Amino acid sequence: MVPLSAYVAVSAVLFMTGLLGVLIRRNFIIVLMSVEIMMNAANINLVAFSHYLESMAGQLTALFFIAVAAGEAAVGLAIIIVVFRGKVSTNVDEMNVLKW
Amino acid sequence: MVALFFAYFALVSIAAGVLTVSLKNPVHCGLALLALLMHVSGLFVLLNAEFLWAVQVIVYAGAILVLYLFVLMLLNLKADERYFHSSYPYFLGPALLGAGYVIFLLIRSPFAGVKGDVPDAAVLEHGDTYAVGIKMFSDHLLQFEIIGVFLLGAIIGAIVLAKTPKSIDPMSGKE
Repeated sequence: MVPLSAYVAVSAVLFMTGLLGVLIRRNFIIVLMSVEIMMNAANINLVAFSHYLESMAGQLTALFFIAVAAGEAAVGLAIIIVVFRGKVSTNVDEMNVLKW
Repeated sequence: MVALFFAYFALVSIAAGVLTVSLKNPVHCGLALLALLMHVSGLFVLLNAEFLWAVQVIVYAGAILVLYLFVLMLLNLKADERYFHSSYPYFLGPALLGAGYVIFLLIRSPFAGVKGDVPDAAVLEHGDTYAVGIKMFSDHLLQFEIIGVFLLGAIIGAIVLAKTPKSIDPMSGKE
């Protein structure tokens, strides 16, 4: 039997990988992919706790998270296309119009 | 046997996550993300969550990832450079030590808690889809409706954002 802490450790490692990707990559699309990695890590946590604590609420929350991830991907990629149309680049360092 | 499958899915998903972050070509990153999503869905099967397995494969791998690949091919990106902060070796050691300590604590923790009302036997009796459906359309109906409205807003927002902007040339708006 796999202990719950093993799932939590896997999810922690995946979350840190995604966070590192958000911090070190400069391509906006890769940054969004790293956010997806972090969402998957959170989903592993939710489903693992749902299984080991014998409650259905975790799986439902994971389901709603997947729906939110779908909406986030659609809007994020639309923003990427809008930015790419203005300046032909997806480098996050060049997106500084809103910087004060 | 379950432990063997767990080790496989866990190690491959971590390796695929590292590849997603570290590969240079964005399309390769997308394919590594696909491997990650498939192996995370394998972890869901080990946790008796077959419905989430199906949702993960259909929505994540089938819809979201295809959207990413479409945008990648639409923009025709070149492999990009990675920038590291000039003093990153000074942060690397403490960061690895801290991460190792957190994982050590996580593995040692017992994580006991109040048990809910859906034990394994109840899930396996009618299947996971039945259990999720009964719970979603009784206790979590409001969240379900909110997600519906949220997705509608996301669709409209994405269309409005990505629409080709109308020309703001003053002469063209005269007719």
